[in-house]
Amino acid sequence: MALHASRLKVGDTHRERVVENLTRTQIVQYAGASGDYNPIHTDATYTTEVAGYPSVFAHGMLTMGLTGKMLTNYVGDGRLTNFGVRFTNQVWPGDSLDTTATVTAIHDGLVELELVTTNQDGKEVVRGTATARIDP
Amino acid sequence: MAKITFPVEASHIMMFARAIGDTNPVYHDAAAAAKTEAGGIIAPPTFGQAVAQFDPDYHLRPKPGQAWFGSGKTPSGVEKAPSAGGLHAEQHFEYHRPLRPGDVLSVEIKPGKTWEKESKRAGKLTFRERIAEYRDQTGALVLTARSVGVTTERPVDQS
Repeated sequence: MALHASRLKVGDTHRERVVENLTRTQIVQYAGASGDYNPIHTDATYTTEVAGYPSVFAHGMLTMGLTGKMLTNYVGDGRLTNFGVRFTNQVWPGDSLDTTATVTAIHDGLVELELVTTNQDGKEVVRGTATARIDP
Repeated sequence: MAKITFPVEASHIMMFARAIGDTNPVYHDAAAAAKTEAGGIIAPPTFGQAVAQFDPDYHLRPKPGQAWFGSGKTPSGVEKAPSAGGLHAEQHFEYHRPLRPGDVLSVEIKPGKTWEKESKRAGKLTFRERIAEYRDQTGALVLTARSVGVTTERPVDQS
């Protein structure tokens, strides 16, 4: 399951579709599980009439969670030492997201990765980095 | 800020993993998880954020008997709803070990830096950093989370 330093090189990439046609119901699921009930994620009346957005949109942390799913699929379970992101664009119902990890360094039993999650239009929604323990 | 007690439970991990669409058995199947390198059920890497469930004062959860800023009879239940409101700008986690069912975490959240920036898409942006330290039942630091929230002057322009 774990990555091996001997089989990795800088520039290697791994890409996964992390969500296809994001549903409002999945956003509701995330609100319930995370405890973040901000109505801008689930309440269309409030979001369009009061907050001034065209529709509800996903929690940044849902997009980070989707990005993290790809990451743990790639590096294995319980292997991460760091994971950080910037939320660069909002994610809307109906979006399909792809995450790409690129190896930027391999040292001291660790791999460093650059992460980018983009939507179906190629627009970046999350950019970040992660570090994970790897085997020799 | 007061310390929050965050009991980590298997059913909560299962629901969180479902919400992010992650079917990895290490998050819901104890027998399968026991045979993996993790040695049992662990939490997904962003699960620490669910500490909000255990914060008695969390402002983004409706509370019985209190007005809520989302819609009911009217588009907002409060007179002065936060207009553009706050958005999440950045999130960083530093992991010392995975969170597991049965952990009882003590979480201390401290304010960090504050700064401002001008943006074409949303006017004046005010950034606020928060650092959360998660310690386990033995006092060991298991997770550090740094989040940056942003308050925008107006809704983010979508064009």
